[in-house]
Amino acid sequence: MKVKRKIDLNGKVTTITASPVARLLDVVRGDLKLTGTKEGCGEGECGACSVLLNNEVIDSCLVLFGQLRDGDLLVTVEGLENKRGLNRLQRSFVKNGAVHCGACIPGMLIAATALLKHNKTPSIMEIKEGIAGNLCRCTGYGRIIKAIEEVV
Amino acid sequence: MVQSVGTNAPRLDCHDKLTGRTKYLDDLDIPHCWFGGVVYSSIPYGRIIKINFDPSFDWGSVVTCTFKDIPGKNNTVFLTQDQPILAEEYVKHVGEAIVLVAAPTKEILSQARSHIHIEYAASVPVLTIEQAKDKATLISGKDNILAQYCINKGDLDVGFKEAAVVIEGEYQTGFHEHAYIETQAMAAVPRTDGGLTVMGSLQCPYYVLKTLVSVLNCGADRVNVRQLPMGGSFGGKEDYPSLLGSYVALLAKKSGRPVKLIYSREDDIIMSTKRHPSIVKHKTGVKKDGTLTAMEINVEFNGGAYATMSPVVLSRGVIHAAGPYRCDHVRSTAVCYATHNVPCGAFRGFGVPQTIFAIEAHMDKIAEALGINPLKLRAKNCLKLGDTTQTKQLLRESVGAAQCLDTVAKGCSFEKKWQAYRRQNQAARGKKNIQKGIGLALYMHGGAFTGSGESVMKTEAGLMLQKDGVVRVLTGCTEMGQGAHTVLPQIVADTLGIPLKCVYCEVPDTDLVPDSGPTVASRTTMIVGWLLTQCAASFKERLFEFIARTYRVEKTALKLVRASFVSGSKRITDFKTAANDYLSKVGELKVIERYKLPPYIQWDPATHIGDAYPAYSWAADVAEVSVDMDTFEVTVDKMTIAVELGRAINPVLVKGQMEGGTLQALGWALMEDMQIINGHPQNKNLQTYIIPTARDIPDWRVHIIEEPFSYGPMGAKGIGELPLDGGAPAIVNAIYNATGLRITEIPVTPEKLLRQCAKL
Repeated sequence: MKVKRKIDLNGKVTTITASPVARLLDVVRGDLKLTGTKEGCGEGECGACSVLLNNEVIDSCLVLFGQLRDGDLLVTVEGLENKRGLNRLQRSFVKNGAVHCGACIPGMLIAATALLKHNKTPSIMEIKEGIAGNLCRCTGYGRIIKAIEEVV
Repeated sequence: MVQSVGTNAPRLDCHDKLTGRTKYLDDLDIPHCWFGGVVYSSIPYGRIIKINFDPSFDWGSVVTCTFKDIPGKNNTVFLTQDQPILAEEYVKHVGEAIVLVAAPTKEILSQARSHIHIEYAASVPVLTIEQAKDKATLISGKDNILAQYCINKGDLDVGFKEAAVVIEGEYQTGFHEHAYIETQAMAAVPRTDGGLTVMGSLQCPYYVLKTLVSVLNCGADRVNVRQLPMGGSFGGKEDYPSLLGSYVALLAKKSGRPVKLIYSREDDIIMSTKRHPSIVKHKTGVKKDGTLTAMEINVEFNGGAYATMSPVVLSRGVIHAAGPYRCDHVRSTAVCYATHNVPCGAFRGFGVPQTIFAIEAHMDKIAEALGINPLKLRAKNCLKLGDTTQTKQLLRESVGAAQCLDTVAKGCSFEKKWQAYRRQNQAARGKKNIQKGIGLALYMHGGAFTGSGESVMKTEAGLMLQKDGVVRVLTGCTEMGQGAHTVLPQIVADTLGIPLKCVYCEVPDTDLVPDSGPTVASRTTMIVGWLLTQCAASFKERLFEFIARTYRVEKTALKLVRASFVSGSKRITDFKTAANDYLSKVGELKVIERYKLPPYIQWDPATHIGDAYPAYSWAADVAEVSVDMDTFEVTVDKMTIAVELGRAINPVLVKGQMEGGTLQALGWALMEDMQIINGHPQNKNLQTYIIPTARDIPDWRVHIIEEPFSYGPMGAKGIGELPLDGGAPAIVNAIYNATGLRITEIPVTPEKLLRQCAKL
């Protein structure tokens, strides 16, 4: 059985038909071919699969497609660029050397985007808290935090 | 002239990584691809009686392989060849592969795996070093020894006679999981010519090729190995991909289809290698003024069921066992034992974090016994220019240990804080909730293969001219997040005199690039970067000959500056035009060269005496911690690191390496407690295997010190592994300063601190 959802995906109204028990992660990566969103653990521990659902950061490995409602707002890393290319946050990641292997980066950008949507002037502690659900094994986080801090 | 070396040039791959465009293996849409999986041993040791394929399942819908399907040799090809691709009669560890399955969907794969049942006759496993020494059950050879070394310098008896005090200590470390964010992932795709492309997340394409040629019993032209973008590795994808690559190759051969195999986090933790647990014993003679007179060191590693990289991990570990200190009389012995645990293999640091943890925790114990502060003891003994290491290597140049020590100590007022915290904490014992402490570690890491390894490896790399003045770097070195594919082009761009944007690294595919040796051992920048400067010089020479001929100018007067050929003050032509002219008039311009070791390198592998490495990089860490005396939680507040690395090709990448590696050391020191009980890993996911989050990080301060090395590109040495070596002892020493509790076994969990506290 498949169900249909009409959602706003990265700024475009999109109709998606998929199994209601499929993980949102698999729908995003498989059906929608948006492979920027990564799977790191499949258990909601690492945050690599973070996407924005109605401006909240969620682990897409823990949400089923059937849980989406028509009219939902879904943003993946592919939806972050603007007309001029990389957005301010992404450019700050470049400038601060916040990217190493890159596997955590899509999720990290999504978590940071959610944080900045809800809190325009986060403190360093709030930035740390905001990305604490996103594991990075390469960078030591310092440069990622600085990258976020600089766009505040 | 516009230089790229020394600047924070943005990584060449970061745009694609920030937009989700980078295609890691799992992101590739491979047409008609099946999914592979592994059925592995659920017991640590025993005989396989029978493999039952449950008849209720439709086995015609999938493909399965056992060792009987292997056309060539059933083993990986490393230093030793003891590890089977698929178990035959016996299994020697939990997670050892027995049956491979490929299926058209993940669901069918999962059903197929659950319908394969292995019957075992289980035996009593050998799990600890003590049990391995007992030799009641033999796993490897006649003595369960995977590797052993002894390094002798001077005469221990003489050294101990000179000593006023002899201090002993024993230090232990546990299993350590790589926890790369992208799990092990490989695919095999049949080629139209009947050959096979094997690709995925791997550090060393030529290692995988070597094993595949042997396993498939085919010529090297029948299979090519390609590295795809990697989501982290840290040594975890050095040796393991030779197994996984064989799995996908066997499944693809048998099914005639592409097969992708990506481990779940649980399978990855159960099956893939770990850092070797260690027990290191020190007996040290010192004079009253702190001068080291004798060091007797005994290193023991638990290697797990197969050798993988153990002989070289142990070798590197023991070479660093005396730390960055001068001592005339040293004897270090080291043994790696086989046990029925998951094999231990390469992990950033490669045996050195274990031995540096021991010596650096021990130095603080010595300092206390003598009543000298830890900084003074280290400063007194630290290796300087003209000294010899424990392998009797003469340090000829680029020795930054003392400078690192001085920089970190001054950077955070070490002595003052250390004294103050000690006084406060002794006075306040038990009355304060939070006690602060500060700790120090001094350490080094040899870059490149040990001894003459770089000559044996026949390292090659090259450059090739493309149209419009683009230069392609041909190297088997892989980008795994460390920045190699930015740093190597930076070196080439500056050596040639062209902008960084004109240089890029070819995809490391064994059909496209020469064997530059594996991307390991902190060797890429120092060794392959150096080789590329040689290639660039020859490359430039060939272009100068062409320009001299074409424009009738003196070749010796030519220079390539800012992508323009100039003779004296006269601009002859630009690099782009010259490149296109060369390609149309002369043809291909491709330079491949082979690495030559510095001429003075002398090494005896049997005695482990001589020039162990072309150069060492040096560093010092100061950790500042807060210990909650109610919960025994340890917070690392600040970490000051000074690193001497010859030359920082890209300072922001250097700092990123230092911080990231130190955070892995912090995790290993405090929270990464991989429990393997009766051969079974207990923490099989990232909920129970805790790695540091953004909440756990200290305030990072990294100081870069440059003492150029003559045989490094622009003076650069390696730093890939160095940052994992020093963090743990600095933290443990800080905990002692804060609490008076000397923990000699990491990770220092709150439970261990509580137990230690209860003993007082």
